[in-house]
Amino acid sequence: MNADNELIRIEHLQKRFGGNLVLKDINEHILEGEKVVIIGPSGSGKSTLLRCLNLLERPTAGHIYFEGSDITAKKTDINAIRMQMGMVFQHFNLFPHKTVQENITLAPVETHRMNKEEANEEATKLLKRVGLLDKADAYPSSLSGGQQQRIAIVRALAMHPKVMLFDEPTSALDPEMVGEVLEVMKELADSGMTMAVVTHEMGFAREVADRVLFCADGGIQEEGTAEEIFSHPKNPRLKDFLSKIL
Amino acid sequence: MQAFFSSLSSQFYISFVDQNRWQSYLKGLGVSFLVTAGALAIGIVIGILVAICRTAHDQKKGKVNPVLSVFNRICIIYTTVIRGTPMMVQLLIMGFVVFVSSRNLIGIAILTLGINSGAYVSEIIRSGIMSIDPGQMEAGRSLGLPYSTVMNKIIIPQAIKNVFPALGNELITLFKDTSLVTVIGLTDLTKAAMQIQARTYQAFMPYLCIAGLYLLCVMIMTKILGTVEGRMRKSERR
Repeated sequence: MNADNELIRIEHLQKRFGGNLVLKDINEHILEGEKVVIIGPSGSGKSTLLRCLNLLERPTAGHIYFEGSDITAKKTDINAIRMQMGMVFQHFNLFPHKTVQENITLAPVETHRMNKEEANEEATKLLKRVGLLDKADAYPSSLSGGQQQRIAIVRALAMHPKVMLFDEPTSALDPEMVGEVLEVMKELADSGMTMAVVTHEMGFAREVADRVLFCADGGIQEEGTAEEIFSHPKNPRLKDFLSKIL
Repeated sequence: MQAFFSSLSSQFYISFVDQNRWQSYLKGLGVSFLVTAGALAIGIVIGILVAICRTAHDQKKGKVNPVLSVFNRICIIYTTVIRGTPMMVQLLIMGFVVFVSSRNLIGIAILTLGINSGAYVSEIIRSGIMSIDPGQMEAGRSLGLPYSTVMNKIIIPQAIKNVFPALGNELITLFKDTSLVTVIGLTDLTKAAMQIQARTYQAFMPYLCIAGLYLLCVMIMTKILGTVEGRMRKSERR
């Protein structure tokens, strides 16, 4: 039943916050190397969907499979799964009491993925890649939002994840800083990384997405290639949504 | 006028110089410091443990862990009882009921004040933990770090930094509260002055002297705390 290169499979996913049913019966999959962009109005459950993938939100019902194993099962070592799923947050969530370098090396060293030297080397390599090597010893508060978000991406990449989850990575940024973060994300996409991105950047979606999911009212209302979604929307909710933002 | 000064100087002589009484004050001050340091150490350890236990319980979403729930209950009872009864009564109970046969008065004093302080420190640290953006925990967990590692490496260091002024306040309160240990017969700074008063019938000099000493020590502590705080803040200039 599972395709060979299926990385994540979501079956009958449901999430309820108290009496509020945020996600109703989601069935979806993400292939290896695929770039999936999730769009939709606020409150549609798209962030919740993304956060369910690494169990930051515990699904109320349904199953999520990562590389074929059910991560919603009780016996799953969730930390081992999360090590393979990088996540980037809207508000960066860098550790303010640690330098950029320490932010990046903390998790690889603590989880014994790398020793201190390897982690430092890796950090240097990744910082060079995003053009922030000179900030290695700076504290996050001295950096701009765009720089902080690039560091946050590097921090997640340092664990060598198999998939990267982006939760509105540019929504908290000043407009002139959006570009530098999207640039890094595009470069990451070109390198073959599997990505799931919740965003309002339609330009990015058009350019990078293999598949676009339109999420509304707790479900995925329409999905397709960027071309299909943006140029030939069928669902009236999607048409309405696009007319408001484009 | 001259009589007044000569009486002052004789009071001074009796209160401090005669029979090397000044040494009693210093010894008493040493005991006060020792009790403060010991109690602070115990208080911070208890405080952090209780604070973690309570926030871990409160932040737990969904299913309730029965073990954690029991610990949480115990922690709530502990803070309620300790904060709800006077410290002097706690000292009397510990000294004359629980450890009635023990002569290790310093040990009893340190333990009692430590347990007392822990209740207040736990609330201070708990407020510190709750002041940290939940995004910090999420970021840590999303990297695959276990809850305990995120707490130790990310949340607690920031929480302590945030509540450092309140902790400093607790230290100062604790230092002054050591004067209560006189009730179990421990010779701290206050008790030293009381003993000298009993022997010499002089009250003016001994009590003013120890008031000055307490004040001086608190001022020095305040200065040191301020310096440390400034140094901690430097790492995250805004």
